[in-house]
Amino acid sequence: MNQMTDSPRTILKKNLWTDNPIFVQILGICSTLAVTNKLANTLIMTAAVIFVTGLSNITVSALKGLIPRKVRMIAQTIIIAFYVIIVDIVLRAYLPDISKALGPYVGLIITNCIIMGRAEAFAQANPPMLSLWDGLTSGAGYMGVLVIIAVVRELLGSGSLLGFQVFGPNFTNWTIMVMPPSAFFLLGALIWGAKTIMIKKEAA
Amino acid sequence: MAPQIHPLVILFASVFTSNILLTNFLGMCSFIAISKDMKSSNGLGLAVTVVLTITVAINWAVMRYILVPLDLMVYRYIVFIVVIAATVQMLEMIIDRVSPALYMSLGIFLPLITVNCAILGAALFMQIRNYNFIQTLTFGFGSGLGWWLAILALAAIQKKVTRAPVPAGLQGPGITLITIGFMALAFVGFSGMLNVQ
Repeated sequence: MNQMTDSPRTILKKNLWTDNPIFVQILGICSTLAVTNKLANTLIMTAAVIFVTGLSNITVSALKGLIPRKVRMIAQTIIIAFYVIIVDIVLRAYLPDISKALGPYVGLIITNCIIMGRAEAFAQANPPMLSLWDGLTSGAGYMGVLVIIAVVRELLGSGSLLGFQVFGPNFTNWTIMVMPPSAFFLLGALIWGAKTIMIKKEAA
Repeated sequence: MAPQIHPLVILFASVFTSNILLTNFLGMCSFIAISKDMKSSNGLGLAVTVVLTITVAINWAVMRYILVPLDLMVYRYIVFIVVIAATVQMLEMIIDRVSPALYMSLGIFLPLITVNCAILGAALFMQIRNYNFIQTLTFGFGSGLGWWLAILALAAIQKKVTRAPVPAGLQGPGITLITIGFMALAFVGFSGMLNVQ
């Protein structure tokens, strides 16, 4: 597969659907699955991931000639950590409540495999602007999946969306939805659905 | 948060009631990729336990004696990750020197571990919960053990799953995630025993 020739459009389609980081590559669910019990947290968290993926991709791509191959993993990690620190400072300054709720998970964006994966698989071999685009779209593909999970979990688990009560006061909360196992079940089911559609398309 | 928690309670809690993988979702990537085979799962579990215990202790010392006095806590992410990467690298060289046999079984997993979220996660939890040194040690060791237990259990279940009729779309990561979900459900059962967070 020659990624050099991919146009921005193909990259978009790949990252949002056919090569979606979660459905196909199962990358980076570590840090973010944990915050999917509230939609607001998920939106902030995935926005942070998009920001970090995009900017670390452009940086790695721009510096790729300067970083010796042997130390490139640690160099990439430090670049990523740099952007995560920016995110952390901004969140603490402007959204202190959310920053508290996210706790250690903001810092864990550093070890989110999707960011490292894109830096390694795409930014190392592509020009900076295309890498930025790739990082942003991968992040968006990632956001899409996690937002679906968060909507289901918050809607059924607390009967609300973004904190607004959706169902009436008589709604019985599905306690399981706010507990960790539900995130695994939902993600498994989503992957099942997406893969089934993909298989059907391939067969047709 | 509560510095008076007994270290043994932390040990038990980090293995069972707040298992770092099943309740905090940390270390999932290598978990799903490796858990297909019993032997590598065992090796990776051992490696994670060793590295977690050592790095969380070093990070505690670095934080306590360097970052806090110099007011550099903003940079803790970079410092923690560099400490982890350096420790893993040194561990790899030492094991290679001391015991080539152990290197064969453990060494190949070490590079994978630098980017394992559980290692950094434990360091960040240790900082947020304000553990003292002994608590940190038991927390790191217990988290590693919990991760090891989870990956071994999953590898064993996966063996059975390969012989079960699974729908085409659910094969691979889909069924793995559902399996992890059931395991997490079982571990939720422990949470009535004690609650640390």
